[in-house]
Amino acid sequence: MTDVTQRSPAPGLGRRIRRVFSDRPVIPLLILLAILMVVLEILRPGIVNERWIANTVKFAIPLAILAACQTVTMLTGGIDLSVGTVATLGAFVVSTQGMDAGLGWALLLSLAPALLIGIANGIGVGIFRVHPLIMTLGTSLIGVGFLQVYQRTVIATGTKVPDVLAWIGTGLTGGIPNSLIVFVPVAAFILFMLGRSGFGRLLYAVGDNERAARLSGVIYWKVILALYILSGILAWIAGLIYVGLIKAPSLSLVEPRVLPAVAAAVIGGTSIFGGRGGYLGTIVGAVILTVLATLLTVLQMPEGARQMLFGLIVLAVTAAYIRITADS
Amino acid sequence: MASDILLEATGIAKHYGAVVALRNASLSVRRGEVHALMGANGAGKSTLVKILTGAIRPNGGRILIDGREHVVRSPAEARRAGLVSVYQEPALIPDLDIASNLRLTATPVEPFMKWVREMGVPDLDLRETARNLPLAILRVLDLARAIAVGPEVLLLDEMTAALPADLAEKVLAVVKRQGAEGRSVIFISHRMLEISALCDRATVLRDGETVGVVDIGPGSADRIVELMLGQKVERIQREIAEATPGAPLPVTKPRLSLRDVGVAGKLEGVSFDLMHGEVLGVVALEGQGQDELFGVLSGSRRPTAGSLAVDGREVRFATPADAIAEGIALIPGDRAEALLMQRSVRENVALPFSASFRHWGPIPLRRQNAVVGEAIRRLQVDTRAQREVQRLSGGNQQKVTIARWIAAEASTILCFDPTRGIDIRTKHEIYHLLRELAGQGASVLLYTSELEEVQLACDRAIVIFGGRVVDVIPAAIADEPTLVRAAYGLPRLAPGAAAPLPGATA
Repeated sequence: MTDVTQRSPAPGLGRRIRRVFSDRPVIPLLILLAILMVVLEILRPGIVNERWIANTVKFAIPLAILAACQTVTMLTGGIDLSVGTVATLGAFVVSTQGMDAGLGWALLLSLAPALLIGIANGIGVGIFRVHPLIMTLGTSLIGVGFLQVYQRTVIATGTKVPDVLAWIGTGLTGGIPNSLIVFVPVAAFILFMLGRSGFGRLLYAVGDNERAARLSGVIYWKVILALYILSGILAWIAGLIYVGLIKAPSLSLVEPRVLPAVAAAVIGGTSIFGGRGGYLGTIVGAVILTVLATLLTVLQMPEGARQMLFGLIVLAVTAAYIRITADS
Repeated sequence: MASDILLEATGIAKHYGAVVALRNASLSVRRGEVHALMGANGAGKSTLVKILTGAIRPNGGRILIDGREHVVRSPAEARRAGLVSVYQEPALIPDLDIASNLRLTATPVEPFMKWVREMGVPDLDLRETARNLPLAILRVLDLARAIAVGPEVLLLDEMTAALPADLAEKVLAVVKRQGAEGRSVIFISHRMLEISALCDRATVLRDGETVGVVDIGPGSADRIVELMLGQKVERIQREIAEATPGAPLPVTKPRLSLRDVGVAGKLEGVSFDLMHGEVLGVVALEGQGQDELFGVLSGSRRPTAGSLAVDGREVRFATPADAIAEGIALIPGDRAEALLMQRSVRENVALPFSASFRHWGPIPLRRQNAVVGEAIRRLQVDTRAQREVQRLSGGNQQKVTIARWIAAEASTILCFDPTRGIDIRTKHEIYHLLRELAGQGASVLLYTSELEEVQLACDRAIVIFGGRVVDVIPAAIADEPTLVRAAYGLPRLAPGAAAPLPGATA
């Protein structure tokens, strides 16, 4: 970097800004976030306060965890569309078993479908080379089918969201969302994994050039299997937070958040073609999408128009972002 | 004399940007003649063929067919002008039956069937889907289809390369008859024996220029080799004399032993030893089985026959990871195959460290940086643009792929044409490095398409032709003419002896 600067001692302001952006892709995202908040404040003066921020963070956290699944899989050129089903399954099992089985047992039981689907995805993608889009869509549909049957069998027992999950999902302690207790370690783990661990390096390597990774001794299926299991576990965590936040487990608890999670990762600068990206950008992306949702609600538009505007903004932001952070 | 020239191409030039593929190529084919087109790798042979058949357009020059000037814009136009070609790969559409394939190219069925029978396939069913026929039959059909339209000029590009010997013979007989019947054939082949048996004359290309036309006869094979190499020999000789001569190879144990290794259809009965502390060259024309050999040794491909031993212990590689566990690493010919283009130099060099499951955890950055930094320094990789490998020059990219295995301390390195497309300085740095590694006890297998590299970097060279090891030549006598002869499957010249007739010893 320093050498490049030396070669061109007086670059224009535009180029210098570009360079900063391409070195630190999170900066333009933070600027965008600030702009959105300013717009919101102008439209509805006084809305941006402590309570609003806490509320936004509460909703952004499970989305950011779902987006973590997309980030790590996208780094290898994959995607995980089964996260919605996995999260819903986890939420559903924990709120139906929580009453008679005890919380610990219920948590463990709710982890099982997450692991199963993760393993199935990993085997399908890693060993049988099914395209991740198809594989995870398939396991997702199977999971949904299972969920419908399961729902019918437990319809008599009813559901109850465990208190601990409600506390984590909705509670505030001194104005700070409790879900940060879960999120901070999860985010730290993912950031460390991608930046400083051998496994993280392999995710980038496999996504950048699978053949090169193989020739360096990487065994592809092992990486992919571990990856999709990890994605399943992360989705499970997101499901537990969602059920604590929404407090009403339903079949469509998490499903509508899957594509926004993909969008968060993309806005955050992770390439769907693999090899490029990171989790910091994804977190900011998840916050941006959450703020955007509030903004559109504030505009009091009909639901259809809101959705259309949401889609357009996601496209525009992604296109602009890629341009801004591209190499000069 | 001029009237019996059927095809004449003069002053053909083609450049891609600043890269000149053809400078001034000419080709003159008489009526009724089988004419060989010869040239070493990169001489411009395939460019000339593509221009003649209309696949690409030249920047200059004229093509006359039967005295009339033709601008050939597409293979279909070449066909109308009377020039039909057959390539190394089958050309029938696999999912159509033979009859449909013939209709597609408006090929008359009667003559087609006549030629098919001629080449020893008596009962061909036209309703058969092309996919279901064996490769050898498909080749016969390709040739029959080409001849059936009665072309003025038939262009055969490496057509016999994939054929079993008995079929090749029949095909060659048919080709020879084309000449006798007053048609012309342009024949491209790596097999010098076929050329001496079949062709009347040969045009030799070198560095994009036609450097000579040789009448085939006694001694013509040597004359062709001489023309293909040109002045290059003297320059290289000087370079070799200047290169520090390696100490005589100490007697060591074999590091890697191959016994009768085969890969179906591509490699057969390959046996040799790669010694500790040796740089062993591999010389072969394109597609003689060297890709398969390197694939087998690096664990990317399983052999269908034979055995492989490392330090005397028999091994079987299922994946590259297995080979790497034995200290055997491949540096592939295509750098894009080895590098993570969007990642940093350091990450690229360090990649093998994270590969095994045991090292998936936290990276010991301090220790790793020390090792990686040392390898980068040793190779003098230009690290100014180290954040993304794709911004490096080709030479520096290649250095990164080599640095990777120096950092990983691989004891056996398989280099597949590592200096292709690299500047001369970096090339010499790489030769020097390979010698240095060998000096420290490592073993290097070096496939090279630039034959002078054998004397610049190797101790010995094995020559592969048609999937077999046909010669093992010590570097001291492995000059380019010797290697070219061997690579074309010709016998070695006895020192001081007169050039024997090609084919005389076969």
